[in-house]
Amino acid sequence: MVDFVPIWTIILGVGIFLYVLLDGFDLGVGILYRFAPDATARNLMMNSISPIWDGNETWLILGSVGLMAAFPLAFAILMPALYFPILLMLLSLIFRGVAFEFRYRDSPNRTFWDHGFAAGSVLATFAQGIVLGSFIQGFKVEGRHFAGGSLDCFTPFSLLTGACLVFGYTLLGAGWLIMKTEGDLQRRARHWGLMALAGVAVAVVAVSIWTPVMSAEIRERWFSWPNFLILLPVPVITALLALWTWRAIVSETDEYAPFAGGILLFVMSYIGITISLWPMIVPHQFTLWQAASSPSTQAFLLVGTLLLLPVILTYTAWSYWVFRGKVRGDIGYH
Amino acid sequence: MSLDPLILSRLQFVWVVAWHIMLPAVTVGLASFVAFMEAMSFFTGREIYLRISMFWTRVFSVTFGMGVVSGIVMPFQFGTNWSRYSDATANIISPMLAYEGLTAFFLEAGFLGVLLFGRKLVPAWAHLMSALMVALGTLFSTFWILVVNSWMQTPTGATLVDGRFVPVSWWDIVFSPSFPTRLGHTVAGFYITTGFVVLSVAAFYLRQGRFVSEARLMLSVTLWLLLALVPLQIFLGDASGLVTLHHQPAKLAAIEARWDTGSRIPLTLFAIPDEQEATNHFAIDVPVLGSLILTHDPNGTVKGLKDFPRSDWPMVIFPFFAFRIMVGIGLLMLAIVVTGNVLRRDDRLYDHEWFLRVCQYGVPLGFLAVLAGWVVTETGRQPWTVYGLLRTADSVSPSLQGWNVVLSLIGYIVTYATIFTGGYAVLSRIIHSGPATQQEDEQVQSGRPSSPVRPVPGE
Repeated sequence: MVDFVPIWTIILGVGIFLYVLLDGFDLGVGILYRFAPDATARNLMMNSISPIWDGNETWLILGSVGLMAAFPLAFAILMPALYFPILLMLLSLIFRGVAFEFRYRDSPNRTFWDHGFAAGSVLATFAQGIVLGSFIQGFKVEGRHFAGGSLDCFTPFSLLTGACLVFGYTLLGAGWLIMKTEGDLQRRARHWGLMALAGVAVAVVAVSIWTPVMSAEIRERWFSWPNFLILLPVPVITALLALWTWRAIVSETDEYAPFAGGILLFVMSYIGITISLWPMIVPHQFTLWQAASSPSTQAFLLVGTLLLLPVILTYTAWSYWVFRGKVRGDIGYH
Repeated sequence: MSLDPLILSRLQFVWVVAWHIMLPAVTVGLASFVAFMEAMSFFTGREIYLRISMFWTRVFSVTFGMGVVSGIVMPFQFGTNWSRYSDATANIISPMLAYEGLTAFFLEAGFLGVLLFGRKLVPAWAHLMSALMVALGTLFSTFWILVVNSWMQTPTGATLVDGRFVPVSWWDIVFSPSFPTRLGHTVAGFYITTGFVVLSVAAFYLRQGRFVSEARLMLSVTLWLLLALVPLQIFLGDASGLVTLHHQPAKLAAIEARWDTGSRIPLTLFAIPDEQEATNHFAIDVPVLGSLILTHDPNGTVKGLKDFPRSDWPMVIFPFFAFRIMVGIGLLMLAIVVTGNVLRRDDRLYDHEWFLRVCQYGVPLGFLAVLAGWVVTETGRQPWTVYGLLRTADSVSPSLQGWNVVLSLIGYIVTYATIFTGGYAVLSRIIHSGPATQQEDEQVQSGRPSSPVRPVPGE
């Protein structure tokens, strides 16, 4: 019997990371929306993401349903444990999502939808950060069910990861805007990018210290010999990347490197978290293999996924290509 | 007062699905209608079809967007509030939900963009192709969701191992006994709902004397389509009833408020069912008709609820009354459609004030029928989530507390009230501005304008 678990781990791991990157930068643009100097800048910021945001968000559906399909036990434990952050995220995403269409077509209430867009972006991000933090901390489980309380997920640590993700998405959003805009707005985006990068640096350092202090397993993983030596490049490369991103943002000429730097910092953080938690899908409780669905289920879904996913990825890449270059006030979709 | 997380979770599910289902009820139909109009435009070259198609594409883009954002909520409901159900059934239902997501994504990333924004970018045949693919895609989405829904009603192809379902035959899971008729009944219901929306808008324009040529065409085409669809729907509903008689006899007994097993049973047109006493008050019965309709045989036997343990009874009043509302609306629709076609024969259709008024205000009929049908099938399935195998009470997340769900339910009520009000305002604007304001339209569709769209010039 073929073991499908590694394949699904890769598909889901890549899928979730794609979601974080893609919706990350458009949520980041939403977070920065309230700092826009005027209506023209707001329209430009909105235009820079309006052709692609809904595609980005679809990865969230695929991620949640994919988790349910490949690792249902994790889905059944995580979702009730994360009841309120998930709720906050969904309601925020709804407000944010309809704002794209409604602020154009329901102009009398445009200010309302603008506020919904900005606040929804911040809250959805913060909620995702809380999900991440409480995931790292782990959940109280009895048998196959979450046995804790619905407020367990709100801890100082998860609030910190919430803030961390807000800074992180803001960095991506600023990098995106540096790439897609010019002139005054681009200068502002560089300024925002620097603030966000500073926030990310402080928050990531804090999380990286706090995590091994909090968990003996994770401490063991990173600091036992020879792991320490093998894993040393991870923090070193991350620090160098942060410096490189900083220089790219302040350079005044480099338009792509800030966004690339933001992405690479996310890659490194993702690798760091994976190293800390592997091979658990319900941290401290169940491994990927224990939480997996039946092989028949994984095979049944794999057939279609292997067929459709490459096409979807090609489309996605193609649509980014179509809308490449600077966003302008008078044109957004062509 | 103790807050029961089970009841509250069910209420929350009702709230989020009831609003969500109304969007596919129009988007599935509109996608096909737009594709039909695009095809007519392509093959006849007449511009009027294009104007109609572009107008309904605008409506479609708003309802589709709202369908997506309210749809994101759905898979999370399974996890947050129904985690035991998710744990037990994930092996079976999650691939279907994932296929639905993949199909929708496939559509959204590709053909929807071309349909909405690419008219000038691609050749005409490619645009028509995109419209057809979008329509096909909405039908695929319906297909997968109905697979899940039907399997929960008539679960086949899986066995229970340690309280969890394990697949045995994917063919039997996908094509469970109630699936074919349920899929047909649902799609026809969505088409008819859309048909009555188009009728309403056309009648609105005709009564106002605006966009008369477009409105006449819409009214005419839609009345022809409905003349075929409404009788077909009655036939499909009847076929669905036969499946229920076979596979879910307790559900059928609840729908008909039948307490005792018998043959040559009457058809109860109206009654106040009394579960405590297991009897009907104020019943209006038509002798023998019940057996004839339900079993297609005057001597046919229909099981009564007393043959089943009380713990397996659905709450009779919900399926009983919802079914009567659904059938009542169906017959009313048939009357409207037949009347319209009779008026057409006498050439009085387009200026018959009274009929046009009925059409204009008949817009909720389809939605109400869809909602009523949904209530029949889902409350009739109770007290099970997977019929006969997994109880609703055993499906809810064990960690949930009542106040958790109270808070989330309030959140969903406030959010949905806001965005559906916004959606209503936006759709009203689109409909009021009508099919002839293409310049505004192109401004939006050829790139988000730098200033907000003003729906009516000079407003």
